[in-house]
Amino acid sequence: MTNRLEIKLWLAHRLTGMALGLFVIIHLITMIVVIQGGLSAAEIMERTSSNILVVIFYGLFVIAAAIHGSLGLRTVAQEVLSWRGSSLNFVILVFFALLCVLGMVAIKGLVL
Amino acid sequence: MSNQQEKITVSIWRGKEEGDLESFEVPLVDNQTILDLLTSIQRDVDPSLSYRFACRVGMCGSCAMRVNGKPRWTCRTLVSKVVSNGELRLEPLANLPVVKDLVVDMAPFFDKWQAGKGRFEAKDSAVMEFAPIKPDNKKRQLADEAIECINCGVCYSACDVVESNPAFLGPAALNRAWSLMNDERDGSSIERLKAVSGEGGCQSCHTNSQCVARCPLQLNPTRSIAGLKKQVAVAMLKGEL
Amino acid sequence: MNQNRDKKEYWASFVQRWSGVVLALFLPVHFWVLSLALQGGEVLDGFLHWTDVPLVKFAEAGLISLLAVHLLGGFRILIIEFFRWAEWQSNLIAVAIGGSFACGLLFLLRAF
Repeated sequence: MTNRLEIKLWLAHRLTGMALGLFVIIHLITMIVVIQGGLSAAEIMERTSSNILVVIFYGLFVIAAAIHGSLGLRTVAQEVLSWRGSSLNFVILVFFALLCVLGMVAIKGLVL
Repeated sequence: MSNQQEKITVSIWRGKEEGDLESFEVPLVDNQTILDLLTSIQRDVDPSLSYRFACRVGMCGSCAMRVNGKPRWTCRTLVSKVVSNGELRLEPLANLPVVKDLVVDMAPFFDKWQAGKGRFEAKDSAVMEFAPIKPDNKKRQLADEAIECINCGVCYSACDVVESNPAFLGPAALNRAWSLMNDERDGSSIERLKAVSGEGGCQSCHTNSQCVARCPLQLNPTRSIAGLKKQVAVAMLKGEL
Repeated sequence: MNQNRDKKEYWASFVQRWSGVVLALFLPVHFWVLSLALQGGEVLDGFLHWTDVPLVKFAEAGLISLLAVHLLGGFRILIIEFFRWAEWQSNLIAVAIGGSFACGLLFLLRAF
């Protein structure tokens, strides 16, 4: 029922927004501490290899960002491009899937 | 008396959706409201000009239209306060079908009012006792904050989301729904929450707050809509929707 | 009517929307770059070296700023929607959170 879908998407957007608020702060602080004195692949991978924390934190981060970003783009497309309906929903789903896949691949590359 | 020589150019929308701005050169008169100005143009210059008004004292909201792009009440707007570089532009309210010149069809506005269940519905059981509502009752205070709306349509005209989302119920309809959600005597809470959470429901508001900026009664539909969003979210998580 | 009022909330929403769009479109690129790690450290190093130019650093700084702005705007919206505070209070809180966060960041950077 469209009724429940729109409100569920809105709630998902807000809840992931809250989660991202926390994740982004942690991510930014971590990045700033870590890149002091330059950045190299070996250094990054040394810290992230076989690190289960990286998988969990960044896994959740990727999913939350993928949901939040996709839903945001959907609203913008509807209001700015007047693009609505199943064709938009399909494209958004594809974008969501793309973000999840790319994100998980990136995590895999860093951890393995 | 010296400023009677000063002339200003008033551009007024003529026609329907298709139409054009027509210019009138009129004297700038002290203490003249835009409504006065329109009336003098219609009586002395062009009797075919169409515009709405009723009370002319800021109580009915009939005279709402766009002045230099911003929606306001013409009976409560002094020409001297809004004229800039000797020019003034008058157009009908935005986001509503134009009937003629400065007159719009308010039907879609009221249709959405009804669609958001902006009407009181008594509880099923016969009322055996008065509902005691004390002045310090929190819900009553919330309802009172939102109750003064006279459906003038200014907020509807100002809202960017109304413009970009045809289904959006709009600030006024949602503001009224919120005041009723806080009415102890009303019995249709769940149906109303469903009505304001469909396509074009409260979740479509982006807190642009142009409604707040323009409301002549200084109501706050953004805040009312925020209240609805919370109630809808809670009801949904509880499975009541 | 207070002319100033018109602009503030409108621009807050405008900036929130378009910073979000830029970030959402940047995310896939960000993930893809990180996934270069999968191809071995040298490939990522090569790419990172290529990005070690002022233009890219400038763009990175810009993106982080957009992220910070979007984060601030997000706090403001969450406060308005879930706590029913007056607008000026919401704006103040967002600035306060952002301000303290910025202070923390500057400290970490130990620069300027």
